[in-house]
Amino acid sequence: MVPPMADTPKKTLGLETVEPAVTPPTDVEPAIEKKPVSPGTSRKREIPQGLWTKCPECGEMIFDKELEENLKVCPHCTHHFPTTAWDRINALTEPESFQETEADMISVDTLEFTGTAAYADKLEKHKEKTGLKDAVITGIGRMGDHEVALGVMDFNFLGGSMGSVVGEKITRIIELATERRLPAIVISSSGGARMYEGMFSLMQLAKTSAAIAYHGRQGLPYLSVLTHPTTAGVMASYASLGDLIISEPKAMIGFAGPRVIKDTTQSELPEGFQTAEFLMERGLIDSIIDRTEMKARITEYLDYLCLNLKKG
Amino acid sequence: MKHLLDFEKPYIDLQRRLEELREQPEETDVPLDIGDEIRQLEEKIEAKKRELYSNLSAWQRVQLARHPQRPYSLDYINKTFSGFSELHGDRLFHDDHAIVAGFAMLGERRVMVVGTQKGRDTKENIKRNFGCAHPEGYRKALRIMGMANRFGLPIVCLIDTAGAYPGVAAEERHIAKAIAINLREMTLFSVPMISVVIGEGGSGGALGIGVSDRTLILENAYYSVISPEGCAAILWKDRAAAPQAAEALKITANDLHELNLVDEVVPEPLGGAHNDHNAMADTLRDALLRNLNELEQIDPEIRLQERYAKYRRHGKYIEG
Repeated sequence: MVPPMADTPKKTLGLETVEPAVTPPTDVEPAIEKKPVSPGTSRKREIPQGLWTKCPECGEMIFDKELEENLKVCPHCTHHFPTTAWDRINALTEPESFQETEADMISVDTLEFTGTAAYADKLEKHKEKTGLKDAVITGIGRMGDHEVALGVMDFNFLGGSMGSVVGEKITRIIELATERRLPAIVISSSGGARMYEGMFSLMQLAKTSAAIAYHGRQGLPYLSVLTHPTTAGVMASYASLGDLIISEPKAMIGFAGPRVIKDTTQSELPEGFQTAEFLMERGLIDSIIDRTEMKARITEYLDYLCLNLKKG
Repeated sequence: MKHLLDFEKPYIDLQRRLEELREQPEETDVPLDIGDEIRQLEEKIEAKKRELYSNLSAWQRVQLARHPQRPYSLDYINKTFSGFSELHGDRLFHDDHAIVAGFAMLGERRVMVVGTQKGRDTKENIKRNFGCAHPEGYRKALRIMGMANRFGLPIVCLIDTAGAYPGVAAEERHIAKAIAINLREMTLFSVPMISVVIGEGGSGGALGIGVSDRTLILENAYYSVISPEGCAAILWKDRAAAPQAAEALKITANDLHELNLVDEVVPEPLGGAHNDHNAMADTLRDALLRNLNELEQIDPEIRLQERYAKYRRHGKYIEG
């Protein structure tokens, strides 16, 4: 028997089903979408449209203002709704303290990628949809007494995929942290490397990891925060390199997509596979922290990790 | 039996005829015109091959990169290198046979060689897990490269994998972190480092032993962020669109060289590396020695800066 060739797909242990640093951004709920309640279904009295959201976990109706104030965490069951990069930045940093860096950097369609849809069109569509220029926001802000270099990914922009812009912005903010002797924090949310930029995307794994290598060598702390979902190329680079690795509850975290693993191994996946809780049980992350506690806990971590940094 | 690819047929028919002619019983009075015919056929085959192999599509090259008779890492380790002395295990969990590593001589030089290893038959493929490493493979590679770094041995990594293994155990032992740590640490090793994509360069699983001062790629190898089939399944919703995906992703050696994503393309014998293992091994040795000579001229601190700068340059964007 010869090893499988391209035109003979294999069902078992095989090459054909290997899906590397990219995971399709499927089966992930879109960022918080107002689900107007149709009058008369769940409640007797009439509810004004758009003011309430039903929690998909516990089924409770949540007043939108309350949900926003609670950082899009269900006040009844602590289900974490998807959120945006800007909401995270506002929740984590002291008011008015965040100074964005590389705010205008945008992606280019170097490969002139046209599949079923052109990359250039996709970019435009997502810019319009999200109001963002790409899938990460970077900058310097303050958390408690600590000045921090911060990178926050946004899953709503092309599934948080990492192409040249994400890689470059993360690299620059880490380099800035090294230069200014600041702790760095990256909050990840990503389906992996951005296919439309081919090998340029894969090389962002090496580039960002290299920047972190030199940041760490200067004795500076780097914290990685994983949110739903963080997978593939981003997990195989900066998201896994934190001195501390923290996750939001129930976030899906992994390298290969669950469907790929199932297809490749032809076996059932264990209960809770690739959740934050699964990773913590196996000793792969430091802690699971509710979004509502995130700022306080990270600030506390920094109090320890930056103890000698300040004196220096 | 020789494994044939569809696009090789045009000259294979000629090749068969040539063999038939040659196999005619040797007689004392061989008519002259047979000798002529043989020569003509040989020229025709050579011309056909040149035409064919200079115009290969991305997908045809992917097939050559996956050719079952293509030389694998251990073939190069035994032919390009000499005196291989294999080292085993990650010192934590297991010895992953999808990655081989050890001391070897490259010409007169002592080096450390690491490579992903595919199997040639079912039994060996089970042992090698089809060249798809688990976390312990990457950790073994890192341990051994770290040792090479401590004792000043240059490192050569041979890449031939469809990707890191997507399995439950791999996830449980944190394959993503194993790769990420390699990327970070390989940035900092002060010895000269060369990586060569010899067949398949499957995404993070390839890059996990790919960070280097010089990235070489064989003419018919490919290096991609995702397999053409995987990309086709996601963007075309159909794995059969892999040829289009292969084209769109720009994964061939020449495309990558034009985009400055690899440093050098190593030419293969006409018809692909599988046609002449020895010639391919010799060509690779020359390329490795030339690059190693150049790298050793550079001050280690500068070499590290240049390595950083090389990865730093990868990416296309508009500052805005």
